[in-house]
Formats: sequence, structure tokens, C-alpha cells
Amino acid sequence: MTNHWIDLKNSDCILVMGSNAAANHPISMKWVQKAKDNGGILISVDPRYTQTSAKSDIYAALRSGTDIPFLGGMIKYILDNDKYFKDYVLNYTNASFIVGPKYDFQDGLFAGYDPKTRKYDATFWAFERDQDSRVKRDTTLQNPNCVFQLLKKHYSRYTPEQVSSITGTPVSDLLKVYEAYASTGTKDKAGTIMYAMGWTQHTVGVQNIRTMSIIQLLLGNMGIAGGGVNALRGESNVQGSTDAALLFHILPGYLAYPRANQTNLETYLKAITPKTAEPMSANWPQNLPKYFVSLMKSFWGDKATKENDFGYGWLPKLDVGQNCSWLNLFDAMYDGKIKGFFSWGQNPACSGANAHKVRQGLAKLDWLVNVNIFDSETGSFWKGPGMDPKNIKTEVFMLPCAASIEKEGSISNSGRWAQWRYKAVDAPGMAKPDGDIMVELFDKIRGLYKKNGKFTDPILNLKWDYVNEKGHFDPHKMAKEVNGFFLKDTKIGETEYKKGTPVPGFAMLQADGSTSSGNWIYCQSYNAAGNNMARRKKEDPTGLGLFPEWAWAWPVNRRIIYNRASVDLNGQPWNPKRSLLKWVEGQEVDGKKQPGKWVGDVPDGPWPPMSDTKAGRYPFIMKPDGLASIFGPGLVDGPFPEHYEPLECPVPKNLLSGQFINPTIKIFSGAMDKHLTCDPRFPFVGTTYRVTEHWQTGIMTRWQPWLIEAEPQMFVEMSEELAKLRGIKNGEKVKVSSIRGVVEAVAIVTTRFKPFQVGDVTVHQVGMPWCFGWMVPKDGGESANLLTPNVGDPNTMIPESKAFMVNVTRMEGGA
Amino acid sequence: MTVSRREFLAISGAVGAGFALSTLGIDMGPVKAYAEELKKIDKMKSATQSTTICPYCAVGCGLICSTDTKAKKIINIEGDPDHPINEGALCAKGASLFQTTANNPNRLQKVLYRAPGSDKWQEKSWEWALSEIAKRVKATRDANFIEKNAKGEVVNRVEAIAHVGSAALDNEELWPLQAMMRALGLVYIEHQARI
Repeated sequence: MTNHWIDLKNSDCILVMGSNAAANHPISMKWVQKAKDNGGILISVDPRYTQTSAKSDIYAALRSGTDIPFLGGMIKYILDNDKYFKDYVLNYTNASFIVGPKYDFQDGLFAGYDPKTRKYDATFWAFERDQDSRVKRDTTLQNPNCVFQLLKKHYSRYTPEQVSSITGTPVSDLLKVYEAYASTGTKDKAGTIMYAMGWTQHTVGVQNIRTMSIIQLLLGNMGIAGGGVNALRGESNVQGSTDAALLFHILPGYLAYPRANQTNLETYLKAITPKTAEPMSANWPQNLPKYFVSLMKSFWGDKATKENDFGYGWLPKLDVGQNCSWLNLFDAMYDGKIKGFFSWGQNPACSGANAHKVRQGLAKLDWLVNVNIFDSETGSFWKGPGMDPKNIKTEVFMLPCAASIEKEGSISNSGRWAQWRYKAVDAPGMAKPDGDIMVELFDKIRGLYKKNGKFTDPILNLKWDYVNEKGHFDPHKMAKEVNGFFLKDTKIGETEYKKGTPVPGFAMLQADGSTSSGNWIYCQSYNAAGNNMARRKKEDPTGLGLFPEWAWAWPVNRRIIYNRASVDLNGQPWNPKRSLLKWVEGQEVDGKKQPGKWVGDVPDGPWPPMSDTKAGRYPFIMKPDGLASIFGPGLVDGPFPEHYEPLECPVPKNLLSGQFINPTIKIFSGAMDKHLTCDPRFPFVGTTYRVTEHWQTGIMTRWQPWLIEAEPQMFVEMSEELAKLRGIKNGEKVKVSSIRGVVEAVAIVTTRFKPFQVGDVTVHQVGMPWCFGWMVPKDGGESANLLTPNVGDPNTMIPESKAFMVNVTRMEGGA
Repeated sequence: MTVSRREFLAISGAVGAGFALSTLGIDMGPVKAYAEELKKIDKMKSATQSTTICPYCAVGCGLICSTDTKAKKIINIEGDPDHPINEGALCAKGASLFQTTANNPNRLQKVLYRAPGSDKWQEKSWEWALSEIAKRVKATRDANFIEKNAKGEVVNRVEAIAHVGSAALDNEELWPLQAMMRALGLVYIEHQARI
């Protein structure tokens, strides 16, 4: 989230799309309701009339996988009806930038596409630059090649009628949503978006979010209280685990992962550090070398020296273009290329798309280490349906770990608040905190490598002293390491920091090896002031619900990021009634004017506002040019979002262009990588979702009698019309099948789903929860991921679990 | 007929007294069950309270755990009224957090091992399991270590071991986990954020 949960109350219009917050983030509705109590409007856009829809002022249905047409139509509405926030668009976005002559868009494809590699050459989308390398601009926004005009042209095709013929949403409903949301394009109004996996789990997932980001920029909703782009993350610490880079493509703090052609520290740092020719751009990422070297000091301690490139050579390198993400990982496992596997606090046998392939992959391993608080379909895969233990050679180690209340440490919520948890009791039986398991396991591995082994340097040199005097993992020691230390006496400005003291904030980190920090964005979380993540003060000086001394938020306790965009060029709030930030000029003292300062939230940097054309800075400090990207932020599938059908879809063509599916997706072609589109055997759109009482694959909640009583078994929701078509009655047992698998489910026949009129085709959609699995409860049903396709978004490789094709049939004796 | 706690206390006058009332033909099932609970609390001399954050979705609601100081068991978990996000409220999952504690007999409490071709688990010690895992990590890593790629560039990586997880861990555990896996040379490092 750019903003945070409580901030929802500050919104005049909340769009919930790609999310069912009322069911999946129930407490968020407390703040949605506050916004409604203050006169705010709640809009719910979803294929199904959900619990969130039931609370909404406006509801619109759309067919799964058609969010870009829906939102593209809104962009057109905003532009056609002059609803955009002109000062904001002109000054804070790249709307005025001139795009180079090589840019083009024809029949669904952008310039630079190579059908052989299925990749774009993004240099075709480059901006025009002057002799000083500065991007050329037209501040009248009239140049036909400026971003604003290209945007207008691109979405001119997304008329309400055309959109309706793709999404299945009645035109009148589209216009209701457009009108309500576009009304936030003024100084005194804020609109926000709450989205979740309903947007990410598509082959156009990132571009779904991009389309909304463009809308938020046009309406001036980024960086303000009650605005922003807000991902409702589904796991208590998935923000923290992303920040800590349990992902192949990054290192902690979102540093790009090193590639094989970056043969030394210098070439790596050069590649990751952006330059800018804009004098008023802060270009904060120019500091990345400081963060990387400090990270290496946390990795290797004293062993990281200037002479050895701070241990850069000890990090494993990826080939250029190599992608080790989830779907590729399980593809390699299925191919027998992966021999050993750690599944630590996760249940891929139920959570992975095309889960049959995942389960077959597990059976090809030599060994599997499974760490969890309950048994799971992953740890016990070898006794699951269709498995013959005799023929499965995989050794499995099942390690019991502590639950959340049995250990101490922090987790980071969607709003980037790192909050400290305390230990209430010891873990039961032999179960241990995960930190202890890691420490003991790595000590054993290192013990073996002390004798001999391949490339022992990184194993022997890893700094690994995070235990207390009793030999147990010490979360405080680790949290301090993540914050970082001065490694020698250092003078910054007038202040002297002694060796061994914590670094106060990331602005003080150094690139010369004199500081350490395990994750620069967490620098300040645990410093001389103490453990800031454990704070519990309730003061709220702005009255906006920022609670600046409750826990700690990254970066530098900034509660709303991009907040310099909440003020005008003189630093005065666009909306004084919701003043997030305000520039106060310095007073004259003894005939000398004191420097001005920002009051409110922690600003995106100390510089004065933009009207100071020397010292002032543009608001989007993480962008090299300082301005937000309406055009081209570097995605692989185009500089503007464009509609493509899901890999599996119910319509024979894309009505907007001759390009049927996203032209840049990777399509797997192994024996278990099946997919079908417009096939009469699988005529209905399928989608997946969650229920309040279960969490993700259900691996924690299915073992709890209280919750399983409330949601005991797999079901499939369908419209009355579809039920009639298939002769299915409410409560009967049915089979739901895709080309990849079959699950049995109880039919819930409901008016919450309605058939879609898509052009001249009637499209039926069904929905299933994905929280079940064969292990528990007995006869509770299987994972919906046995049905989902293993195809991913080309930018993130997140699987398309939200739109695929299925059949539904009544089971004999199904009643 | 059902009797609420308030009504029961009004009828009986005092906790633990008045079971003879059942002769009046009132179904005392719920009352007895409730009285049992009260008896347990009676025996509890003191409890410590500690705050925690919900382990499910990422709203980050606060909860308070009460732990019996003598028995060292969690006896109650409820929403934290001081927490600014949830102000004491919880959803069905958060309100059931008690069932993730040792009070749930389904919790894994033993180290288990399944041998190749076997159809059952064997109980093992931590010492045995971690030593055996370490041996397998080393054997697999050393047998499959990739020093250079096809272009001859130095890569020093291991593709034969993969890791997934976890968004359920604490920040302080995630950092050493990624560090350890990267020190071993792993590149297949993924978790819930990708799906």
C-alpha cells in the first residue's frame, strides 16, 4: 500500500476491484465504513456480488480477465469529460514528455515486437531528449507525440459500448462507476483503490494495476490522504518477506539481483544505479551503491573488504534473462532437475497453480524439508491421492516450528508498518522457533564445509552470530543488524557516531564499507531510540490517523509515500481539510531568515517545494526524472496497458485488436502444461477466491474445529441460469473440471453470479474457494488449484488463477 | 430454553451454586458447561498479558494473549482494544487464534522422517534430522555446483536445490533465511509473494 489501512477513512470514493475486502481483510471495512459515514462512496466491481458488494453504493459486474477494458474506459471518460486534475497532471507526471518517433501502436502490438522471441525491444518506446539528455516536454500538452496525447489516442478505442461488449457490464453501470470515481479529480476530493489477487493473478496482472495507477495520476489521487494505490496483501508478513527478498530477482531492499555479465562490484553498481539529467529530480536511487555495500557488510561482516569487492563474488549469479520464479521452479522440479527442496512455512501442493504438476514434481525429489506448525499436503504428498508410497523415493524431513505467539519478532503489514510481537509461551513438544532451526541447521552445514567442499568461501564467511548467551536465536540482535551499524567512528555533518552505534536512518549509510545494514529500507527501525517497531503511542497530530509513534513504517516512518504530491508547487496542501504535509517558511531571526520546514507526515525528502527552482525537488523521488509515469515505467508488455484475453477464455477473439492474448507471456509446453481456449468441453469461466474462515490453502485453519465447523467443505458457486442449464440443484454434489484436473464440490446456486452478455455470446462464470485439500477435513474436498493454469504475467510470473475455463456437471447420486 | 451468562448469574445468585435448579426442568447443559469454564478461571491465580499481531492477513490487527503464570499455558486470546487499526475487533480467523496454540492437539510436536519407499513416518531427534539434512544439502550442492555458465561467466550457483517460503515468518527470521540460502548458492528462492 502507498497509504495504510486507517487512511481509508479519509477517502471520498473507494473502489474495491480485484478484491473482496469484506471477506478477506474484514477489519479494513471498519475504515471503509468510517469513510461512508463521512459521505464517501463505496464502489464494488467484481464478477460476483460479494460481501463487499453488499456494502457498496454502486456495484458493477465484469467477466474475469477484463479489468483493463473496464478501467481503460474510465481513462477515456476522464479525458473526454475533462475530469482530470490539470495542475497535478502537468507538474507531477510525465504527461508532457515527448515520446520518440519510433514509438507506434498497431492492432494490439507496440513497436519493437519480435514474434520469434515473443519480446519487445523497449528502446522503441524511448523519450526524445535534448543535447543535455533532458527529456523534451510540451507543457501545452498539445504535441501529438506527448504522453498526454498518446494516452488520449490509445484509449479512444475504449468506448463504453466497446468496453461493455468485452466485459459484459451494462453501459449504464459502467457510466455510474466512471462518473462517481472521476468526481475525485479535484483538489478537495480523494479516491482510492483496494485491490488484491483479483488483479495480480492474470496474464495482464501488472498492467491491471498500471491502468489504475494512470487513473490515480490523472485524478491527482497519488500521495494524498484518502488516495493512493493499495494492494491488500494476503499474508501477515508477505510485505516483510518481499522486503527481505525471499524472491529470486531481488536482494533485501529491492536491489536488483546480480547477473553473470556484471562480473564485479563496479559493473553491478553501474548497472543498477540510475542517472538523471533533470536538475530538479532527487533521483533517490542514485544512493543504491550505499545500500548494496552496507548489505554486503551485513552478509559477510569483517570478511567483506574493499579489496574483495565487499564479497560481491560470493553471491551466486543469475544468467542474463534467467528467471527462477515459482512456475519455472516447479517446471524444473517436474523435469527432475531439482533434487533437494525446502518448503518452509508454505504448502505448494495446494497453493501452486496446476497443483498436479507440483505434486508430481515433489515425487521426483531426492529429499524434501518441510517446516510447519501443522501437517500439510506438501509434507505428506507421498500418501496423497494417486500416489503410491512404494514408488516414491523422496526422503521427507518434517520439522515442527513455533507458532506466531511462541516466539518474538516483527512483521510488516500492508501499510508497511513493522509491528513487534512478543512471545506468550514456549512452543509445544519438540517444536522450535524457525530462527533456531535456521541457526542450528546452518551451523551443521558449515561444520561439514569446514572440512572440505566446493566453493566454501560464502558458507564459511557468512556473518552468523545471531544467538544470545544461551545459544538461542536472538531476534533483537538480528533486528539491529537489519537496521545497521557504524563500523567505525564516523562524523556526518556536526554529529559524531561511534563505532558500533546503530545508524539513525538510511540517509547516513555509506558506500565505503563504514556502515552495515541488512535492509536499507528498514534502517531506522531499531536505532539509538530503541526498538521503534514496538512503539505503542497513540498521538495523532494530523488527525488523519497516521499514528506516527505506533510501531514504525518503512521508509523512515513515512506513513503515506509520494506525499510531496499532496501539496501544490508552493508546498501548501491541495486540500487544507486533509493536510498531510505543509511547507512552513522560516522566520527571520536577528535579520537572518531561517530555513523553512515541512510539517505533517515525514516528507519524501527535506528539500523545499517545487516553486523553489533551485533547491526544490520533484515529488516522485524514486523515479529518475522525478515525475510519475503515465507512460512507460519499464514493463515488458508495453508502455500503456492494453487488453488481451486470458490464456483460457470464452470468446473467440479480442474485440479490441487482432492480438488475442498477451504477446509476451511464456507458454510452457511439457506433458502436464495443458491449456485450452474456447473449447466446448470447458465452456464456463472459472475463478478462485477465499472465505473469511480459512486462510490461503487452509493449512492453518483446516486443523481448527471452530473454523472448519463454519466452512467445512469445497463448494462451487454458480448462477441460477447455469444450474438450470446443467440440471443442478442447490446443495448437490458436482464435478468441476478443467483440462488439468477435476475437483468435487457442493453446488451453491445463487443470484450472486449472473450470466454475462458478452457481445452476442452468453458467458457463464463459476467461482471456487482454494482453501481445501485432501488431508483435512476428511472428505472436505480438494484444492481448486488442481484446475488452475500454470501460466504467468510476463513481468511477475504470478499465475493466472483468476480466469480459466472449466466445465461443471452433476454427479450421479449427487444429492 | 437457553440461559445466558447474565441470566444464569441472576438466577443462581452465585457462581457454582444452585445446580438443584435443574430439577425445575430447565435444560442446564449450557449452564453446566459455562460453570465448568468459570471453575477453571477460579483456579487461575495470575496471568501475564502480552501483545501480538495476527498471523493471517496483512491488516495487522493487534491481539492480547493471556498466559497462566503457573501452568505456562495460553488461556485466552482476544482483540487488543488499544490497537489503532482493529480497536479490539477481530475476524473469525483472528478470533480463533487460540486454536493455533498448544491447545490444539493437531499441532506438529515431533520431528518426523519418511524414508524412501516408506508408507509411514518415523520419529527422530533434532540432532539426527538436522545432521542428516546438512549432509544431503552438502552432497547435492557439491555434486551439482555450477561454477561457470555456458558463456564461461563465473556464476557459482546451485540449481539442484530450491527453497520456498515464507510470508508467515518474522522479519528477523527472513533475513538470515535468505542469507543462508544465498550463501549456499541457491537461486531458486521463492515464496507466497509470487503466487
